[in-house]
Amino acid sequence: MILVKSFLAIILTSVLTENFVLCKFLGICPFLGVSKKLNTAVGMSAAVIFVMALATAVTYPINKFLLVANGLEYLQTIVFILVIAALVQLVELVLKKFMPPLYNALGIYLPLITTNCAVLGVVLLNQTKGYGFAESMVNSVGAGLGFMVAMVIFSGVRSRLEGADIPKFLQGLPIVLIAASIVSLSFMGFTGLVDGIFA
Amino acid sequence: MAEKKSLGKEFTKGLIAENPVFRLVLGTCPTLATSTSVVNALGMGISAMIVLVCSNIVISLLRKVIPSKVRIPAYIVVIASFVTIVQMIVKAFVPALDSALGVFLPLIVVNCIILGRAEAFAGKNSVVASAVDGLGMGVGFTIALCLMASVREILGAGTFLAGAQNLLVLFGDNVLGGFNGFTLPWTEYLTPMTVFILAPGGFLTFGLLMACANRLAESKGKPRAELGGCQACPMAKNCALLAEGKACNDEKKEGEAV
Repeated sequence: MILVKSFLAIILTSVLTENFVLCKFLGICPFLGVSKKLNTAVGMSAAVIFVMALATAVTYPINKFLLVANGLEYLQTIVFILVIAALVQLVELVLKKFMPPLYNALGIYLPLITTNCAVLGVVLLNQTKGYGFAESMVNSVGAGLGFMVAMVIFSGVRSRLEGADIPKFLQGLPIVLIAASIVSLSFMGFTGLVDGIFA
Repeated sequence: MAEKKSLGKEFTKGLIAENPVFRLVLGTCPTLATSTSVVNALGMGISAMIVLVCSNIVISLLRKVIPSKVRIPAYIVVIASFVTIVQMIVKAFVPALDSALGVFLPLIVVNCIILGRAEAFAGKNSVVASAVDGLGMGVGFTIALCLMASVREILGAGTFLAGAQNLLVLFGDNVLGGFNGFTLPWTEYLTPMTVFILAPGGFLTFGLLMACANRLAESKGKPRAELGGCQACPMAKNCALLAEGKACNDEKKEGEAV
């Protein structure tokens, strides 16, 4: 029961109170770039959840049994980014060969994710927070879900912006950023929520 | 081969005309996250600049050795090595900055500005030109960060350069007479708008400054800044999303970058 409670707290924290995109500024490029339409937003976020979970599952044992065991923690940044880059390529090949439907759904987004700071970010954050394996996995999936929530909400906001009459000097990127600011402001309302529930 | 430009031009183009943040719209994540105070912004900008210059030099030296098929992983290794070095130096000598920047210090690895410059410039140009290009882009990034941070710190905290000793500790204790930033005079009567320090203020400041930058660019007859996200991304060439014409920026798909 305590385990379920702590997992739930981690998920709620990473989805709502510490949303990766809107509160921590990780993964802004895809958030601004791919959020124009709902279906691309969902596809991209599904790929992000998938890669985040996979990256955590692979980097956790590497870190624990290879790096920490040999006192090589300072190599974390290099090792993690290379593992993630290689992993994404591998996943792309495997999906293409064995799971074409899934590849068609997620494949096109995968190369974009290699250099996405959210994936490396979640792996490093699990590290600094000192999470165990199960907690790391939960946190990664939660962060991915948070990314999806932000993307889906924002794609709705952007579809409204399309038809809006925007002052000329704000057209394009500025109004998108200001809209993001308002969405982010609404997420600030969740501050203290998790502590309140699990106090 | 890029046409021969004078070194001065390589340097100044990164400052305003091709400012990585406001014109090329690269590196948005660290820009938003670390511009909460001018001191943090300076620290981030300088760290990124060091990585950018060093990796540009090494990549330019190795440009004839690295096979083009594996160049992206090779660039990532070079960049990650320098990030690790900078990270260790910052941890050892400026610990307060390390805790302020947190995860964004190692995340310099995936900063699009650095990989983008490696791909677009250092991989094709001479060592000196690459170093100067890196320096210009780094200074441009730092200026943009400091601009954002000045607005956010003054409006959000009512201070300017607060915590300067965190950076100055590099030169010894109590340099400049223990200068630790200004508190703005009107904070006695007005409560600062904390929201500018928080996440929404970051987006808002960035949006408004971007609008100003666009206005300036238009008055000079240059195009508005568009989200470079996809086209400027070093993965653009092998990105299936772009190849299928489903680019993130639908209307801009023919502008194949690099």
